[in-house]
Amino acid sequence: MSESERRHLLQIEGQKAEELTQLLDVAETFLQVSRRAVKKVPTLRGKTVINMFFEASTRTRTSFELAGKRLSADVINFSGSTSSTKKGETLRDTVATMEAMHPDVLVIRHGASGAPHHATQYTRAAVVNAGDGMHEHPTQALLDAFTIRQKKKKLEGLRVAICGDIAHSRVARSNAHLLRLLGAQVVMAGPGTLLPVELEALGVEVHERVEPALEGADVAMMLRIQQERLGGALLPSTREYSRQFGLNEERLALAKDDCLVMHPGPINRGVEIHPDIADGKRSAILDQVEAGVAVRMAVLWQLCAEEPLP
Amino acid sequence: MGDGDVLVAPAAVATGLERIAKEIIEREPDEEVFLVGIRRGGVPVAQFLARAIGRRTGRIVKLGSVDITLYRDDAATALPSPQIGPSHVPFDIEGKRVVLVDDVLYTGRTIRAALDALLDFGRPRRIELCVIADRGGRELPIQPDYLVASTEVEAGQRVEVTVNDDDFQVVRTPKKG
Repeated sequence: MSESERRHLLQIEGQKAEELTQLLDVAETFLQVSRRAVKKVPTLRGKTVINMFFEASTRTRTSFELAGKRLSADVINFSGSTSSTKKGETLRDTVATMEAMHPDVLVIRHGASGAPHHATQYTRAAVVNAGDGMHEHPTQALLDAFTIRQKKKKLEGLRVAICGDIAHSRVARSNAHLLRLLGAQVVMAGPGTLLPVELEALGVEVHERVEPALEGADVAMMLRIQQERLGGALLPSTREYSRQFGLNEERLALAKDDCLVMHPGPINRGVEIHPDIADGKRSAILDQVEAGVAVRMAVLWQLCAEEPLP
Repeated sequence: MGDGDVLVAPAAVATGLERIAKEIIEREPDEEVFLVGIRRGGVPVAQFLARAIGRRTGRIVKLGSVDITLYRDDAATALPSPQIGPSHVPFDIEGKRVVLVDDVLYTGRTIRAALDALLDFGRPRRIELCVIADRGGRELPIQPDYLVASTEVEAGQRVEVTVNDDDFQVVRTPKKG
């Protein structure tokens, strides 16, 4: 990509470790901003951020919205279910319409893999992928890495077990790229029907049972069963899933004593994770949410900082 | 202790800062004063002043720091740097007297940003400004209340305060790059 071209955040794959580490460093400062009485800095005054969510989301959209607002950018939210998309407008036309209003950043979540990348063709704004189909969810991986780094003071050499519905998870994919890039060891486990075939090519260890994955883990990252993407018959039942793959005290005992328990949310209590563990002292689930705002502030700033196109 | 011509030697800076400590106290002898250094050059200066004031009054002077990166008037297009430090104001400045401390005063834009940063922590009764060196070249209507020395330099040159333990000196260096 040439210097004059707009930078986007579309995926973790192919990025440089040092640049992402720098981004996480910048996010440390923003964590402090969110903890003060006046949770706002004037850094992005006059910039416009449009959140374009074609798929349901609470935490990611709220998180991006707060991130923009705490940097003093103007943030507009746009959701697929209440927009002209319902009237048959294509992504291309929706993006071109937004473009005509001169946004600086478009944050896009879409059910189709590659949609944010496609959108870059029709806008001069920087595009942030807020989750595209089963492809990637880069800011989630960044906030996960940030949370682990905060809690463990490092990433290098840690064993991170990612368990659950790997096949449908853009979170797992982005995390696999990022954590490995930053020196962690990634292990994945889930029902055979929910393990994509190309996993080993990503350089991760794969198991069809969670126990060997959790063994000696520094971090246990549980994923939600994505009922909306399953399309039927990949699982016998959620009760069966919980019995075989859910994180309970017994299974967590296989991991290191100080194992961090994470979950990108939303949680299905009692399915992939026992409520006592989700609320327990090793859980970093709410730290992840806090980190999300800080990391997204860093991302927005970084993308706005580029020299504007002539 | 760094390259360049020495404009103000360590002994003179120390004398100047001791005089300023006295002036700060005399202005309002009975009121508590908070010192806030502008990161990063102003922080050691504020520390020095806090000790000097503390010695004279027998009271511990509360000390904070502000990082102005996020408040710069060009922040939106400047590249984020991992060098941004946290602002640290561990006391309530509401209704208090605050002295903002920096090493070199030039365009005044840093001070403008620092004022905004500080005001996000509360509404002080009064904010005063203390710097070691004023090199002129102001672009905003901002003047110091306490000053160690004015320095005459040409536009292309840099004025820096270098610090070694508690020794500050003002030096002139050719512009980098």
